[in-house]
Amino acid sequence: MTQKPDFDPAYRGPVSYIDKSREYYWDKGFRNPYRWATYSDVPFTALSKPLSDCRVGVITTAALDEEGGKNRRVYSGPTNPWPADMHTNHVSWHKTATHTQDMGSYLPLAHLQQLADQDRIGALSPRFYGAPTTYSQRQTNTEDAPALLSMCQEDAIDVALLIPL
Amino acid sequence: MSLIARHFEANNIPTVILGSTRDIVEQCGVPRFLFTDFPLGNPVGRPYDLPMQKSILDMALMLFETAAFARTTVQAPYVWDELGEWRKTYMQLPA
Repeated sequence: MTQKPDFDPAYRGPVSYIDKSREYYWDKGFRNPYRWATYSDVPFTALSKPLSDCRVGVITTAALDEEGGKNRRVYSGPTNPWPADMHTNHVSWHKTATHTQDMGSYLPLAHLQQLADQDRIGALSPRFYGAPTTYSQRQTNTEDAPALLSMCQEDAIDVALLIPL
Repeated sequence: MSLIARHFEANNIPTVILGSTRDIVEQCGVPRFLFTDFPLGNPVGRPYDLPMQKSILDMALMLFETAAFARTTVQAPYVWDELGEWRKTYMQLPA
């Protein structure tokens, strides 16, 4: 009899977080699985000028501090200087497999500023932007996304880099 | 984040999502997605690995320049580790 291997090759594929969260919450007694956003049409805006002329805005799901994590509101923070560290405990990430002590691993403001200094991008926006994670797609679509767009338009960004933890 | 990207694109601002939840982002449908097949928390690269972080950020920026169609996904060419045990341990249910 061949011994079952320790490692199941099925796990080599990308993790299905939809399946994982459904099974997890089902096991905790939730019988109404979350309906993840699904669209057939996808808007697309082509880049209209070289990146070396573009002001880049960054949107993160990290918060400025513990209070910001609890508030779960749209916010902005400075990029010059950028915060020394950020608060991440309020969002779901793989806390047993890794850590978020290095901000460059999820909010690369230092690297983006270097790229601006090297003229790879036109500029880093004077602010970065915080997006709350929420179950309510209505809130994201009708409140948070328009509020973030408004801040980014005030700062005249040309492109947005969205980096969820 | 996917919904926010869609809102920005509909208002004429190109976006790239850089993240590690492939199924959630692709099911929603976004214009440009750089996928890092890592445990959630470090989409820009392994902590303190500056060359990897710079390389992944470069790829994300290139996606603005190279994607011709919506739903363009590119996967960063890095693996977290060979065994992939971390894939089992997120939201792991008791045995």
